[in-house]
Amino acid sequence: MKTLVIAEHDNGALKPETSKTINAAVKMGFPVDVLIAGNSLSAMSSQVASIEGVANVLVADNSVYEHQLAESMTDLVLSLSDTYSHIVASATTTGKNFMPRVAALLDVAQISEIIAVVDADTFKRPIYAGNAIATVKSLDSKKVITVRASSFDLQGEQSAAVVTNIDTVSDSQLSSFVSVEQTESERPELTAATVVISGGRGMQNGENFALLNGIADKLGAAIGASRAAVDAGFVPNDMQVGQTGKIVAPNLYIAVGISGAIQHLAGMKDSKVIVAINKDPDAPIFQVADYGLVADLFEVLPQLENAL
Amino acid sequence: MKVLVPIKRVIDYNVKARVKSDNRDVDLTNVKMAMNPFCEIAIEEAIRLKEAGTASEVVAVTIGPKASQEQLRTALALGADKAIHIETDEKLESLHIAKLLAKIVEQESPELVILGKQSIDSDNNQTGQMLAALTNRGQGTFASKVVINNGKVNVTREVDGGLQTVALNLPAIITTDLRLNEPRYASLPNIMKAKRKPLEVIAADSLGVDLTPRIQLISVEEPAKRTAGIIVEDVAQLVEKLKTEAKVI
Ligand SMILES: Cc1cc2nc3c(=O)[nH]c(=O)nc-3n(C[C@H](O)[C@H](O)[C@H](O)COP(=O)(O)OP(=O)(O)OC[C@H]3O[C@@H](n4cnc5c(N)ncnc54)[C@H](O)[C@@H]3O)c2cc1C
Repeated sequence: MKTLVIAEHDNGALKPETSKTINAAVKMGFPVDVLIAGNSLSAMSSQVASIEGVANVLVADNSVYEHQLAESMTDLVLSLSDTYSHIVASATTTGKNFMPRVAALLDVAQISEIIAVVDADTFKRPIYAGNAIATVKSLDSKKVITVRASSFDLQGEQSAAVVTNIDTVSDSQLSSFVSVEQTESERPELTAATVVISGGRGMQNGENFALLNGIADKLGAAIGASRAAVDAGFVPNDMQVGQTGKIVAPNLYIAVGISGAIQHLAGMKDSKVIVAINKDPDAPIFQVADYGLVADLFEVLPQLENAL
Repeated sequence: MKVLVPIKRVIDYNVKARVKSDNRDVDLTNVKMAMNPFCEIAIEEAIRLKEAGTASEVVAVTIGPKASQEQLRTALALGADKAIHIETDEKLESLHIAKLLAKIVEQESPELVILGKQSIDSDNNQTGQMLAALTNRGQGTFASKVVINNGKVNVTREVDGGLQTVALNLPAIITTDLRLNEPRYASLPNIMKAKRKPLEVIAADSLGVDLTPRIQLISVEEPAKRTAGIIVEDVAQLVEKLKTEAKVI
């Protein structure tokens, strides 16, 4: 029994989801190998090799894998799958894209977005926008699993594991990369930040999101948003927190002008401390907030920035 | 070009699911049910392709109990041409659903299958990708834009870092994200007309797919409850509490 973890990265940098997913994989109880598939990966293999619990690092460094398209990633993972009982990836948009494809071709179920490992076959996962937690047992001999990274800790360090290059290349002709629009930001990533401040429809427009900048700068925070704010075009899609956006669990989450719909709560209610700023005292967000401030956001945001 | 749209009957998105007192599952008795929001977006996209002259026929399909015909009628009222109901009272998993859908793909030969990226009950986000694998088609998941030309479809995908566009050879599989379109409402005359549109019923166990469970549901619990905290007077008190009580800044 062995586990294969597929690393999360953007060619340039390894994402913290990788370490947290390895943390989950180690809890499954078997030796863990990690596959890094991408292009021009240079230093990444040594980074992965020094994550505690990693036995072998497999590197597939080829332009074919630059954009980690589902079809080619699937072929690659399948070519390695024989010796593994568990195949595990982060529930990022990359993992969510190729892992079910791997599962179907192995003729096994996928267990999506686990938040706890009970034993090698049994896992906990949220369902119904996190309003229920299911404990499920896989009956398949091979398990394909995606991990909600925010529910696991970063792994410690170790002296380096063995690194092996993988030469097999499979370029699926089914799809090809066209373009990418990357949102550039100097701020920490939403899923990695220890403080997140999010704006909702109450922000009224995109320019007003600038009111969050100064506060985010002072707190070293990432900036997020509700679906309503994204749909209205205030901010880009990758800022959405919620059931169908990003799942965050920072030490401090500040919700500004967000009502607290079930779907939004699904993405942030595991935060350690929640602050809500909303002018409506009956807004459901106050039911999950540790500290609520009933106020007009346009009045209090500048005050908050000054007080920090 | 024929477009197949698989849809699912789920709890209405405005309703908060409750866990049964025996912790065996979620309680859905007398709960309002509706079409999964992502499936509505999938139907809308297919109908727009038909209105644009790109698609010639839109077929809606669902797998579930008899009551799911209600959602098929909605799809027909929104503009689908015909519907297929694969009837079962079993709670099937994504892999089973994908295998049953693969049979329908074989039968109907659609050039495009558009599905919701996830259903808001099981939150799995698997079926479209699995169907793409089983039918050996390219996949464009989490789509916020779909453009078809010259035997290819360009799909702009909502990814963690922004937006990514891929080109897929047709036939292909697409799964919808929230911003692909804004679904319309069915008009009353169209709801009446939908009653006369064809709806074929097929027994799930007649399709030769092994429906043995691969996952055992052991228990379902309420998530850890958060209790409401305090309402602070002003910004000064908020900052003070965050510093000295919560110690997070
Ligand atoms: C399938 C599906 C998936 C979804 N997924 C997500 C998701 O992932 N993430 C998500 O966030 N939503 C999601 N939603 C949408 C969700 O249901 C809500 O519509 C959305 O979260 C509402 O966003 P909001 O709180 O910003 O807007 P609103 O609900 O309109 O709330 C705005 C709030 O701002 C307050 N406000 C207004 N002006 C001020 C002011 N001057 N000062 C202070 N407060 C003010 C108001 O009192 C109000 O409470 C999903 C919905 C569906 C159907």
